[in-house]
Amino acid sequence: MKYVLVGLSCAVLGLLFFFASTYYKGQQVEKYGFMAEKNAELFVRDYSPTLGSDDAKVYIVEFMDPACETCAAFEPFIKKIMAANPGKIKLVLRYAPFHDGADNFVKILEAARMQGKYWETLDVMFKSQGVWANHGQYQPEKLWDIIPRAGVNVEQIRKDMHSPAIAKIIEQDMADVKALNVQKTPGYFVNGKPLQTFGYEQLHQLIKSELDRQYPQ
Amino acid sequence: MSQSDQAAKTNWALLFMGWLLVSVSTTISLFFSSVLDYEPCVLCWYQRMCLFPMIFILGAGLFPTFDKSVIKYALPLSIAGGLTAFYHTLLYAGIIPENIQPCSQGVSCTEKYIELFGFVSIPMLSFLAFSAIVALLLILKRRTS
Repeated sequence: MKYVLVGLSCAVLGLLFFFASTYYKGQQVEKYGFMAEKNAELFVRDYSPTLGSDDAKVYIVEFMDPACETCAAFEPFIKKIMAANPGKIKLVLRYAPFHDGADNFVKILEAARMQGKYWETLDVMFKSQGVWANHGQYQPEKLWDIIPRAGVNVEQIRKDMHSPAIAKIIEQDMADVKALNVQKTPGYFVNGKPLQTFGYEQLHQLIKSELDRQYPQ
Repeated sequence: MSQSDQAAKTNWALLFMGWLLVSVSTTISLFFSSVLDYEPCVLCWYQRMCLFPMIFILGAGLFPTFDKSVIKYALPLSIAGGLTAFYHTLLYAGIIPENIQPCSQGVSCTEKYIELFGFVSIPMLSFLAFSAIVALLLILKRRTS
């Protein structure tokens, strides 16, 4: 009897927890869906860097930080999915430099974009992250030796990175981060639907479900 | 049924209520942090350190029959948690000025998350739960001594 009572209480609490989370997540999906419909620029600003075809019907919006290790780890994964579905997916990058000093790397990246070398620079930055962002020790000066690999003019970047236009982009992105309640990087939305539980497989499933919806076989 | 049997049954029921309260509080606490993504602040963590182990301590005291030594082990935890929660509640309500708070990294201990009925905050819920557990344990202490 005693064992049954305690066991039953555990089961009831566990179930309540499960149902409350499922309900809450359902509510969140609805809320973001509504925001995506009514306020699409929260997700995609006209200055946001994008990759992929303009005709694509599946938009992956990624809130990222060049200094975030998990963002670097997810990059090849996303590119692989995009390569497997040519013309159907568009990747939109938004900035969420949460750590102190991380916005400097966003500035460097945006300055490289002025030279038309955005994706090359991002690739070099992600690959050399261990050198300049080792264990949260941000050392932008180490990047100056590495970044020419992307084919950019370093002197020009050092000048451009302090432009007010770039500061404005970061400011707007951080405001959207707040509005969309993004708390960790990378934060994903696929056609306005948030990634509920974090992981490669979960993201793959979310993208796949949108692909199936937009491109019925 | 003899009188001592009846007393033992009541003791067990009281401890069970305490255990249930701890379990419900833990579930809610985990719901806030892992589902609603409320980041626990430093003071919240101190209270959680006191709360979470009590599930196992009080739970162990329920089997096979009520074990009164559970009072000795659970009382320090619940008092420490209650005091921290009391301090946290005062801090949150602004009765203790914010500049003496010990939270320096991550979330502020006075960051507002939810307020039930307009005034019941998370630290207050924690304080109420710890007080109830302390009260239950003190009642059991009197009954068994």
